[in-house]
Amino acid sequence: MAHTQDEVLAGLAELVKEETGIATESVQLDKSFTDDLDIDSISMMTIVVDAEEKFGVKIPDDQVQNLVTVKDAVDFIVGAQSE
Amino acid sequence: MTQLNVKPTRAGSRILALGAARGDVDVVNDELVGPIDSSDEWIRQRTGIVSRKRASKELTIRDLSVTAGREAIEKAGIEPGQLGAVIISTISNPVQTPSLASIVGEDLGAHLVPAFDISAACAGYAYGIAQADALIRSGTAEYVLVIGAEKLSEVIDPTDRSISFLLGDGAGAAVLGASDEPGVSESVWGSDGSKWDTIHMTNTLYDMRDAGAPWPTLRQEGPAVFRWAVWEMAKVAREVLERAGVEPGDLAAFVPHQANMRIIDEFAKQLGLPDSVVVARDIETTGNTSAASIPLATHKLLEEHPEISGGLALQIGFGAGLVYGAQVVRLP
Repeated sequence: MAHTQDEVLAGLAELVKEETGIATESVQLDKSFTDDLDIDSISMMTIVVDAEEKFGVKIPDDQVQNLVTVKDAVDFIVGAQSE
Repeated sequence: MTQLNVKPTRAGSRILALGAARGDVDVVNDELVGPIDSSDEWIRQRTGIVSRKRASKELTIRDLSVTAGREAIEKAGIEPGQLGAVIISTISNPVQTPSLASIVGEDLGAHLVPAFDISAACAGYAYGIAQADALIRSGTAEYVLVIGAEKLSEVIDPTDRSISFLLGDGAGAAVLGASDEPGVSESVWGSDGSKWDTIHMTNTLYDMRDAGAPWPTLRQEGPAVFRWAVWEMAKVAREVLERAGVEPGDLAAFVPHQANMRIIDEFAKQLGLPDSVVVARDIETTGNTSAASIPLATHKLLEEHPEISGGLALQIGFGAGLVYGAQVVRLP
């Protein structure tokens, strides 16, 4: 069953917390992974792989660089679920 | 019809001894941060490297190879002339021919012994072990010297933020010999040329000659390599354990290619190795030495943990090609 945007955001925030220790409430749609949350490219890739498993989607390497904000990631995952 | 003679096959091979030679200069992070606008903390956090071993100008890849090879031959207790092959894996030999193996073999006293180089980047040592094992089991050779040797400091760009600051110089060697009980498992090895540009040289020799291109140096797509090196290589590691009939708890050591501490840590986590398995983390003070990294790391582990001698180690190399190779070996 497809996850809603809110569910994806909440799930993603949990994955970010597991990888980096950042509080889930800090992971908001308008935040930049790099500039606001200070997540480096290696942690970002770990979160991406975990998100693929959690939400049952594929996030190709060449898409990862386009996921600048949390909203970019949430939108991509929601869209990829419906494909 | 005349039947051709062939040598009888053997049950197995095993690593008899290892040798190691590292660059003679410790290069700490602070010496590299200027041109990449970075910091010691940034490098440590992303790579786990505190310093890397690099060779001074006079210390050549040939010198490093001979030192490592000689140690392995002496510790194995054989004469160089008993070697049935000398195999060197390298991507940093400064000439394309003759091979580094023929020169180093001669330096070591292995006159007239078959010698050749292989190009399999960071998987090169595992490729060499696979070939040595096959040569011995087929009866072609009784002893084989495998060396992974790199002087990667010659192919770096100080302004590159992708890979150059990781790299070090060194050579690691192993002498393998026949064994009634197999000491090298079936290898799982392969390549994926569709990802050739994930780790590559910046340009070709022809680009230099015809277009005045700069000296070729290494580059990588770090995040893509990280994903492949951890999650795809974890599948390879599980497969090699299964084919070898070995459970993670049977291992004494896990020796992945020393690419990046973050890869090593995540890889070990994905495999769910028990705490009893010693994980090689030589990268912290040696850096990434490509084909040399697995034997160098194993050599150090045996010095630091002599109790694992005779135990089983899972070793896996992965890198430019993309290529990978893995096997379970009994430690000397």
